[in-house]
Amino acid sequence: MNISVKFSLNGREVHIEAEEDQKLLWLLRTEFNLTGTKYGCGVGMCGACSVLIDNRAVRSCKTELRHLAGTKVITVEGLEKDGKLHPLQQAFIDHGALQCGYCTSGMLIDALALLHENPKPTRADIILHMEHNLCRCGAHTRIVDAIESVVKTGAAA
Amino acid sequence: MNRSQGINRRDFLKSLGSGIVILTSANPLVTLAQNAKFIYPEDFNAYLSIGTNGRVTVFSGKIEMGQGVLTSQAQMVADELDVALSSIDMVLGDTDFCPYDMGTFGSLTTRMFGPALRTASAEARWTLLNLAARQFNVSTDQLQINAGVITVTAHPEQHVSYAALSHSASVIHATSHKAILKTAAEFHQMGTSPSRLDGGEKVTGAAKYSADIRLPRMLYARLLRPPMHGATLLHVDTSALEQLTGVTLVNENELVAVLHAHPEAAAAALSRIKAQWTLPAKTLIPENIHQHLREQLTEMKLLVNQGELPESHNKAMQLIESNYTKGYVAHAPMEPHAALADYKNGKITIWASTQTPFPTRDRVAGLLDLPQKNVRVITPFLGGGFGGKSADQQVMEAARLTRITGHPVQVAWTREEEFFYDRFDPASTVNVISGTDQNGKIVAWDYTVYAAGDRGAIPSYSLPNCRVRSAGQSLYENAPVKTGVHLFGTGPWRGPGANMNVFAIESQMDIMAAELKTDALTFRLNNLTDARMARLFKVAADRFGWFNSARFRGQGYGLACNIDAGTYVVCMAEVSVDATSGNVSVHRVVCAQDMGIVINPDGARMQIEGGITMGLGYTLSEEIQFDGGEILDNNFNTYSIPRFSWVPKIDVVLVKNDALAPQGGGEPAITVTGAVIANAIFDATGVRLFQLPMTPKRIREALAAQQKT
Repeated sequence: MNISVKFSLNGREVHIEAEEDQKLLWLLRTEFNLTGTKYGCGVGMCGACSVLIDNRAVRSCKTELRHLAGTKVITVEGLEKDGKLHPLQQAFIDHGALQCGYCTSGMLIDALALLHENPKPTRADIILHMEHNLCRCGAHTRIVDAIESVVKTGAAA
Repeated sequence: MNRSQGINRRDFLKSLGSGIVILTSANPLVTLAQNAKFIYPEDFNAYLSIGTNGRVTVFSGKIEMGQGVLTSQAQMVADELDVALSSIDMVLGDTDFCPYDMGTFGSLTTRMFGPALRTASAEARWTLLNLAARQFNVSTDQLQINAGVITVTAHPEQHVSYAALSHSASVIHATSHKAILKTAAEFHQMGTSPSRLDGGEKVTGAAKYSADIRLPRMLYARLLRPPMHGATLLHVDTSALEQLTGVTLVNENELVAVLHAHPEAAAAALSRIKAQWTLPAKTLIPENIHQHLREQLTEMKLLVNQGELPESHNKAMQLIESNYTKGYVAHAPMEPHAALADYKNGKITIWASTQTPFPTRDRVAGLLDLPQKNVRVITPFLGGGFGGKSADQQVMEAARLTRITGHPVQVAWTREEEFFYDRFDPASTVNVISGTDQNGKIVAWDYTVYAAGDRGAIPSYSLPNCRVRSAGQSLYENAPVKTGVHLFGTGPWRGPGANMNVFAIESQMDIMAAELKTDALTFRLNNLTDARMARLFKVAADRFGWFNSARFRGQGYGLACNIDAGTYVVCMAEVSVDATSGNVSVHRVVCAQDMGIVINPDGARMQIEGGITMGLGYTLSEEIQFDGGEILDNNFNTYSIPRFSWVPKIDVVLVKNDALAPQGGGEPAITVTGAVIANAIFDATGVRLFQLPMTPKRIREALAAQQKT
């Protein structure tokens, strides 16, 4: 059944009419051409499709349109502020925390969700939180380093 | 067929616009790497252009899949050409603009293509220097270059930029002069670790992968897939699609696909198709695959045969025979295979996640019966490859569907399709019989590997009596079912063959050392005449604080070495084993590498860290479950790849060796990971695992068996 939904997408109010069970991942990628959010597994097990909804990370491949009404959705494309990288994005570059880059947007989103929830996570907290985001290139240690560096400077706030 | 047909020389040069274009002819290394048959037949295989705006555009047939060659190639050019890294634009893997390349694999980019690229850059520099010399009426040795500006040393007010020179000059084909490459002492860019040039795009979501490309009128395709390999389509019922709007059905020559402007609608349509299949009998399972391989692969290739075998067996105090096995392993890149193909007016353009854009172009030309010049493959970023994207089935599917429908068509595999059609690292097995004399010297080594391949099969040790045989070394099959050896596709997987061979060799070395009650390192050094490897062992041991504890108290050390892609690698690891659960924790790994000149040290470290981390998968958990041709793993819930909590502290030591040209870096570290962990598990528990992966269940079983004896 088609429904009409309004929500905020990267700070912009959007209005979409589509099937109620359409998944956010495909809406982002096809309707809004926001292709930074990736398909990895389709069942929420890899984290490549993570986006922020009201500052919490969700797997967009499992999130249906009908749950979006009135929410604030932020994708990787919405992390820059005034043309300046978010400190976490900069930290990923500085620490070489990416290789192929395909998991990177999900990693950034899940890390941001952690920092919203707990601005001072320990290294062990970071590892535990990121455990369900998969990276095949083996950038894990540098991803943790990058997140930890942002925690230390308090720059994420 | 002439390989340069892709685009005609004059059109090509015209397409680059004004400025200076430098073309470099093949050098012997590249010729070798390209395999004579595939060499780009025109007279260049690396080139760059210098635009009138001063931008340097580098054209390379290599592709970027995370390994960092976008950056390292730019560093090479920047250094040899004397320009800022920021003035370089890279064009990778575009078959209409880049020189022919057989593919990005085998840790070849830096060591084989690198010299050609550096030569092109050095020749460009030489050409520009001569243009400036003419302009100022001085000799070239009276000039100096800094960041793309040439200055008369004695008269600094006289200077000209590369951009200005390229305004006044036409195309130059620099083959007459043999440029001299810089030495390591002259490097400014090479040997440093600038941030990845693709970092900014990748943290903002701007980086484009094949499935991110959008074209007007494009359709998303989903294809009907068999339930198992070897199944044949008996009957297909598509009548339920008639109620759906916007669906295009293709059903010809066993290609059954539904296409729609929305990917979810295409998936929904696919689920309404009913198909009946004829299924083959299920005979092979993980439990009998190794016996099957030994029976099937009777044709042996003799790699080494020296000394007196089997007579030398008599010199051995004791002969030890071991059989090692390993299962099928998936590539599981985070980006499944994807392609967008657009056929119009007799030409086809394809954006593809492929490690082999040029061979893929040629295969598409063959498939659609088009001249090569009418096929263009563009390679956006790859979300990982690891050997798996040397296969390009998804491209062929997209090419057929765009040709049939007249729409641009995206074929982006689901994770389930990715597992089903992956060309797995083959299951393999090794038999080795070895023995030592009373001096701790290896006097017999008789080694046979089945199905893994030759790579890494010849040990780095001094083995006077040695036979090494490999069976089925070229089993990278395009049509595997026909041969009957494997039931599904197999192919190169990062460090192909070497992961298994080094596991077997270095496990066997440890077994012999343990029998002699000799320290594992001492035993190896006693059987090593290669001074470069001996030095590397000592470097690693110093950093690690090596001693063979043999405490069997749940914590232990292991080591392993290999020579791969011209690079020497030694790894040492500390693990602990939980005897109750069988879980292995890898606490720290020291990896020492001697890889010659290192173009980008941090990039090399990333490859080593990545190799070891990925290697923990084939070592501890990864093994495809199958029942005949049915692949039982279809997502990450059952197929377990390394996660954050698995990753040890990895300490990388890059041994300085600037006298040697750059060697390979993408694979050496992964080839020793299985062995080093196996040896550390033995040190921790006294239990030897002969089968990869060393899962908790297998470790529990081995521990239980040990207690019985």
